[in-house]
Amino acid sequence: MTALVLLDHDGSAIKQPARSAVAAALKLGEVHVLVVGHNVAAAAEAAGKLPGVAKVLLADHAAFAHALAEPLAALLVSLAPRYDHLLAAATAAGKNVLPRVAALLDVQPISDIAEVIDADTFVRPIYAGNALATVRSSDAKKVITVRAASFDPVAAEGGSAPVETVAVPDLPAMSRFVSAELSRSERPELTAARVVISGGRGMQSGENFKLIEPIADKLGAAVGASRAAVDAGFVPNDYQVGQTGKIVAPDLYVAIGISGAIQHLAGMKDSKVIVAINKDEEAPIFQVADYGLVADLFKALPELAAELEKG
Amino acid sequence: MKILVPVKRVVDYNVKVRVKSDGTGVETAGVKMSMNPFDEIAVEEAVRLKEKGIATEIVAVSLGIAACAETIRTALAMGADRGILVETDVDLQPLAVAKLLKALADREQPKLMILGKQAIDDDMNATGQMLAALLGWPQGTFASKLTFENDGLTVTREVDGGLETVALTLPAIVTTDLRLNEPRYASLPNIMKARKKPIENLKPADLGVDPTPRLKVVKVVEPVKRKAGAKVASVAELVMKLRTEAKVI
Repeated sequence: MTALVLLDHDGSAIKQPARSAVAAALKLGEVHVLVVGHNVAAAAEAAGKLPGVAKVLLADHAAFAHALAEPLAALLVSLAPRYDHLLAAATAAGKNVLPRVAALLDVQPISDIAEVIDADTFVRPIYAGNALATVRSSDAKKVITVRAASFDPVAAEGGSAPVETVAVPDLPAMSRFVSAELSRSERPELTAARVVISGGRGMQSGENFKLIEPIADKLGAAVGASRAAVDAGFVPNDYQVGQTGKIVAPDLYVAIGISGAIQHLAGMKDSKVIVAINKDEEAPIFQVADYGLVADLFKALPELAAELEKG
Repeated sequence: MKILVPVKRVVDYNVKVRVKSDGTGVETAGVKMSMNPFDEIAVEEAVRLKEKGIATEIVAVSLGIAACAETIRTALAMGADRGILVETDVDLQPLAVAKLLKALADREQPKLMILGKQAIDDDMNATGQMLAALLGWPQGTFASKLTFENDGLTVTREVDGGLETVALTLPAIVTTDLRLNEPRYASLPNIMKARKKPIENLKPADLGVDPTPRLKVVKVVEPVKRKAGAKVASVAELVMKLRTEAKVI
């Protein structure tokens, strides 16, 4: 059995969710990885260092510069005959392209797996994680996206796999990249951070998210938000943690002014330690929090920043 | 242009689902059902495009048991013009849904299909991408803004790092994200009017599609519940416990 994992990368490094997808694939058999982009030889080199990877496939072409689903799917379909499993992390990019590949192969994709039982059988959350379904695929080939938070990522270094450049098939030209507006932040990415601090409706404004910054600085944390805070325009969409936003499982998750709707819990309840700060002691977030502090966040946040300074 | 909008009947998003004791699925008997929230956003976007004079006709489609006709009625009350129900008792998975929708697209020849990015029951996030593949159309997934110009469509997408804008040729597939719009409530007169709008009834066989599921559900269980921990009295106590008890900072 050989699996091919499409890697998320930034042109030079392999992103942590992709390293979790490699960890999931290693439970299935031999693992090859695919690096796609334009001028991404450095990323292919980084991919070769992932422990356990047997081979790196590199597809370097101007048409892949922005990971558009249509050409990327055509490439994956051209490589599919060699593989039993095709995988990617369930990131925005993975979720965009893998189902397209599956349909072209006449396969029912298996989205967002949280556990590998055997080569055909997987566990995946449904209903915002309120139920776990074990599903067995009858398709000859499996097309899978991986819930990164459920698999410890392989290390970034330690392996030494050869890089093979693959032929680029005829690519469809029905879509074109126009622009990107990416959030710039010095902080770790939400899905890779050891500590995540999220604000909710209780923050009352985007300006007030500044109160979280010194705490995030001190803890090396990523900053997230509930859907309510994003919908209210306090912070950009890519901050959203939840069923339809990002799924995170950091060592420490701090929920500030977040009531704890099931859709939000779906995105963070696998965190190792959860802290909730909320002035409403009945807030459902306290039912999943290891440490709950009933307090006015406008008082508690400056105190927390000061207390951490003492450390 | 004609727009096709598929709508799915799902357990209402406010319902706390319960796993059946025999482990075959979640309890849906006697549970409030609604239109998938992302599909409401899809219907709303289509209706707005008609109000702007960009769309000429909106066809709402639902696939599943007879009760899915209610979901189509909801779309008609929001402003869709007519409905198509593909009736089956089979547990439809995204591949089968995409094949049925492709057959309908071949018949109806829409310029645009708008789908919810994900159904809140199976959380698959797959049907739109699969339909685009089967039709050989481009896809604009996780859309937060649509702009029509000349013969094309630009879609602003919610991606992991922020927003990305792509230009697509038409016909195209769009899947909706949360910030695309805020769906309207149907007014009572529109609900009354919707009762008179036509719904065509088809079977998968009429469309030449075998809807047999490819994924067998072996079992469904409840996840391990987190236990509520302890309340702390002060910020100082919180920091002390995180340092010495949880050892995470």
